[in-house]
Amino acid sequence: MRARTSIASGLGRRLVVGTPFFWLVVFFLAPFAIVFGISLSRSRFGVPPYEPLWQNGALAARLDNYAFLLDDPLYLTALLNSLEIAALSAAICLVLGYPIALGVARAPKSWRAPLLLAVILPFWTSFLIRVYAWTGLLKKEGLINDALIWLGLAAEPIQMLQTDFAVHLGIVYSYLPFMVLPLYASLERQDMSLLEAASDLGARPWRAFLTITLPLSLPGALAGFLLVFIPAVGEFVIPELLGDAGTAMIGKVLWTEFFNNRDWPLAAALAITVLTLIVAPLAWLEHLRLKRSEASQ
Amino acid sequence: MKRLSPWLMLAVVLGYVFLYGPILSLVVYSFNASKLVTVWGGFSTKWYAALLENDKLLDAAFLSLRISVVSATGAVLLGTLSAIALVRFGRFRGRFLFSAMTTAPLVMPEVITGLSMLLLFVSLQHAIGWPDGRSPLTIAIAHITFATAYVSVVVQARLAQMDRSLEEAALDLGARPLRAFLTVTLPLIAPSLIAGWLLAFTLSLDDLVVASFVSGPGSSTLPMVVFSSVRLGLSPEVNALATILLATVAIAAIAAGVLANRNRKT
Repeated sequence: MRARTSIASGLGRRLVVGTPFFWLVVFFLAPFAIVFGISLSRSRFGVPPYEPLWQNGALAARLDNYAFLLDDPLYLTALLNSLEIAALSAAICLVLGYPIALGVARAPKSWRAPLLLAVILPFWTSFLIRVYAWTGLLKKEGLINDALIWLGLAAEPIQMLQTDFAVHLGIVYSYLPFMVLPLYASLERQDMSLLEAASDLGARPWRAFLTITLPLSLPGALAGFLLVFIPAVGEFVIPELLGDAGTAMIGKVLWTEFFNNRDWPLAAALAITVLTLIVAPLAWLEHLRLKRSEASQ
Repeated sequence: MKRLSPWLMLAVVLGYVFLYGPILSLVVYSFNASKLVTVWGGFSTKWYAALLENDKLLDAAFLSLRISVVSATGAVLLGTLSAIALVRFGRFRGRFLFSAMTTAPLVMPEVITGLSMLLLFVSLQHAIGWPDGRSPLTIAIAHITFATAYVSVVVQARLAQMDRSLEEAALDLGARPLRAFLTVTLPLIAPSLIAGWLLAFTLSLDDLVVASFVSGPGSSTLPMVVFSSVRLGLSPEVNALATILLATVAIAAIAAGVLANRNRKT
């Protein structure tokens, strides 16, 4: 019954595993070793703009860049700021996405697929252009300010673009589909007879929601939260286009170090720091979550 | 079946207004005669004409399309192989590392992916003389690398759901593994390969950050050109471009929906 355990054997098997394995080791894993190496180097003028690690037969590694990151409060602030903005945006996504997901999940069956498609569709259009659309709406002479003044809600244009508010809005807008999808999946699967039982036993709709629907949808909510939070932490385009120069998010800081200051070693040190402090724990969390959801299925 | 409560209906409607309002504002303003993007100056299609004459944008669009086709195809090949290995091969040496490498790109901030790919290319060129500078090739390699992870997830889901008895029947009847795969498994998982290809294509076509790191002089992709013109202020040509893109996506989605519907009926 050897054939039942797998479809390939011997050479075929080795090729199937080996090809993507080799590719990912060379182009995904190895780069991090190189980034780490360069983070221990010193920047210089020239091509490439960093000193080689081996100089005159000796290892010239130094921790200067890491010391600098610790020394300058800018980097710690940016790190904490990114976490805060991402967490708050993911929470807002949850609050806004929940009723949408619930509405789609409880809609007549033939409506669900097209309604869900309509939630995903914006994701297939350009992310950059969707963020850019908000610059036209939020600016001082933009549509929203015009509407507010016309309605008498504001006396003069409000500064909305280039604020943290705009950054949160941009993240919520761009990642809302990532929240709605897993929420919908967990809400749609729920056994409706539980709700009927609750209402037969005299529970008010609100109470049935709080004691049955909400707890059962928590795995979907957690998945959605992470799906929004993870890409939002390292976001560059949204703070760049909608935030102001002072909006320090770690993705933008790294971009600036690299492209504007041309300090490759410092950017590399920053990347390694973010990788160990944020990405590794998040990847681990995601790993645990997937393992649990696999086990429960 | 109880009717949808009015509150939920309102939530859904407002949700769609939020999702589509900003996009529709771009469509409306793309037909605006005024150069001031937010002042209505009458109906006009002149920005579409201007778009057609903007060589920089058109060249970038053509380059982006080529890179996306190559990246999506490469990512489908590698992603499908990795999905087969992860779903079908049980335990093998290096499985944990392999699985970690196929999921890690999903949680990696783009700036870090971009920076690490660039430093790799620079070091490789320094050490072995390849790749020769940064070019569309390096962009495609970077895109294949991160898109492989997405394709792998999509194909893994399909492989895990698939009825394996058909494949086993082919093997029991004496088909060689490769033949069983090509004639039984592949047609069954084909929809996920198409979905994965489209996903990888979209990710590649849309990528600004990674491409900015690994592109060389003269290889600016469409998002890079759009980004630099958007950063300078609002540009009505970008509105026209956005409208064309939206129309394409909408038509493709409707066509896919109609096809899926027809398949279900027959």
